[in-house]
Amino acid sequence: MVSAQEKAWAAAAAVPDPEIPCVTVADLGILREVVIEDGVAVARVSPTYSGCPATSFIEAAIGEALRRAGFEARIERVMSPPWTTDWITEEGREKLRAYGIAPPAEGSNAKRALFGETTVACPRCGATDTEKISEFGSTPCKAQYRCRACCEPFDHFKCI
Amino acid sequence: MKDENLFNALIELADDHSILCHRLGEWCGHAPILEEDLALTNMALDLIGTARNLYTYAAEIEGRGRSEDDLAYLRNERQFRNLLMVERPNGDFAHTMLRQLFFAAFMEPYWQAALESRDETLRGIAGKALKEMGYHIRHAGEWVIRLGDGTEESAERMQAAMEALHIYVDELFHSSPAAEAAAKAGLLPERGALRTAWLENITPILAEARLELPEAPNPQIGGRAGLHGEDLGHILCEMQYLQRSHPGATW
Repeated sequence: MVSAQEKAWAAAAAVPDPEIPCVTVADLGILREVVIEDGVAVARVSPTYSGCPATSFIEAAIGEALRRAGFEARIERVMSPPWTTDWITEEGREKLRAYGIAPPAEGSNAKRALFGETTVACPRCGATDTEKISEFGSTPCKAQYRCRACCEPFDHFKCI
Repeated sequence: MKDENLFNALIELADDHSILCHRLGEWCGHAPILEEDLALTNMALDLIGTARNLYTYAAEIEGRGRSEDDLAYLRNERQFRNLLMVERPNGDFAHTMLRQLFFAAFMEPYWQAALESRDETLRGIAGKALKEMGYHIRHAGEWVIRLGDGTEESAERMQAAMEALHIYVDELFHSSPAAEAAAKAGLLPERGALRTAWLENITPILAEARLELPEAPNPQIGGRAGLHGEDLGHILCEMQYLQRSHPGATW
């Protein structure tokens, strides 16, 4: 038998990211846990960036999903420990790549790496001959890159 | 109020972030290239996010039912406690980048030290902001180098930015009595202790940019006491207009 907690997790975990709808909040690792407390489904959620405009929207969508699954719902924002791209699941990384977004690499956020280039593989052709166009992209979590092999521009999920 | 010193120290920090955010937002649609338009507004988003976290926590500590919006929109300029540096007009792109570098190079070690705070909420805010400041240092640092060691004109403009802004650096390391008390209580870092870390962030960048940080025998201070330049009033006029004209308006 499926417990209420498992049912609540399944409902919350299926909520897609509003800006990158190919991945769910569970894939991204921002849904920390869902527990039943005094009959209320409590979902604990971490923001990706301090000012990510999607944060409130994501919280509302998780609350809505829980209510639709028959739960009374409460959302708690968890700041500590801070979310890191390391929490994106393997499945989430594959989904990002298939969607055209290069998943985050490791260790590229050194503040002293001035003009430093990290190796980001093109999500379309797989070539590693790519270059950064801008450190900031269409959302706070992405940077803009270009593939020198297939000449396509693409988004890279920044590593934090 | 639970802790008046902490409340006031949080307001100082929150005001730094929201005023600098507003300045960066002024570039929206005006940046030299599209990528920079995105970058400046992205960095502004980081700053407003941190400001919101800080105002919200300050309001909670105050416990008088004020919200983050009340604190941002319904205080007058003498009640704002931001550093004078962050309210300085954007000037040209060189001014904006140097100011951003100066600020981020301070906040990065500040948030690093705040990870040791006795307060869990502050550790959470610090952990998030710390990673973002790494990006801001790198982004602004790369531009300071490109412009400082660039063409004759870009070097001149970067030099002019240095002359205009260096007198505001010292205030970064000053603590108000409230900030001092919060530091003594182990809640927030001691600002004066971060000078070495700031210099370690700045020095290699300035060397590559062929710039020198001039001595500032008469540094400009006063923001923490609510003594601002004329520019802050103009920012607040724009920032607070909607809430002042339509009290309680929401999206």
